[in-house]
Amino acid sequence: MANTQALCSQFKADVLNGYHIFSAAGRGGAADTFKAAIYLASATVDATTTAYSATGEVANSGSYTAGGPTVAWTAPAKTAGTAANASSTTYATLSASISVTGFTAAAFDAILIYNSTTSKAVSVHTFGSQTITAGTFTLTMPTNDQTTGLIRLT
Amino acid sequence: MVTTIYGEMDEALLEKKVGSEEDSEKVLSWTEYWKDGELVHRSVDLVLKQGIDFGAEAASLI
Repeated sequence: MANTQALCSQFKADVLNGYHIFSAAGRGGAADTFKAAIYLASATVDATTTAYSATGEVANSGSYTAGGPTVAWTAPAKTAGTAANASSTTYATLSASISVTGFTAAAFDAILIYNSTTSKAVSVHTFGSQTITAGTFTLTMPTNDQTTGLIRLT
Repeated sequence: MVTTIYGEMDEALLEKKVGSEEDSEKVLSWTEYWKDGELVHRSVDLVLKQGIDFGAEAASLI
């Protein structure tokens, strides 16, 4: 049992089926609601994860409640391809840090970002085992560009 | 004042320990407060350096 960083396999099909609207630039003019659930190091979330589950999630504590905090994406952006080389990178990152206060948690090492509007998983991000005791857990996102963005499709 | 497992405590009464580490994926810093040998507060600030590159992930499977 372990958590493994990955873009969830189901996400790839769900994108083509229109299950994810990341920003107001998408169809309908409003983004879906996304959340970030935190998982114990003993859990199993990985590329095969298709939806949020409370199994293996950290317990409610402080500002953390089951399902995790609501997060938002930056509007997906892409680099320009050329006529000779159509390759480009599309990327997006959460628009703000995740912060949980007054929090106590046993060893955890991953978040699952998922679409709570459509109940579909997006991605799993691991960061090494951490513990929090009556404290604050802050997870700051990487720079949002084509080389470090939180999810990148190349 | 520091939030602890016993509620708010005067920082002067506690032993403070801080640490940090960095690797290719993250920058981690933590702050702990101890009281009489017991950990009463631990906070973590974690900065991700890299997300997931699906193209690279897919290529690794080939």
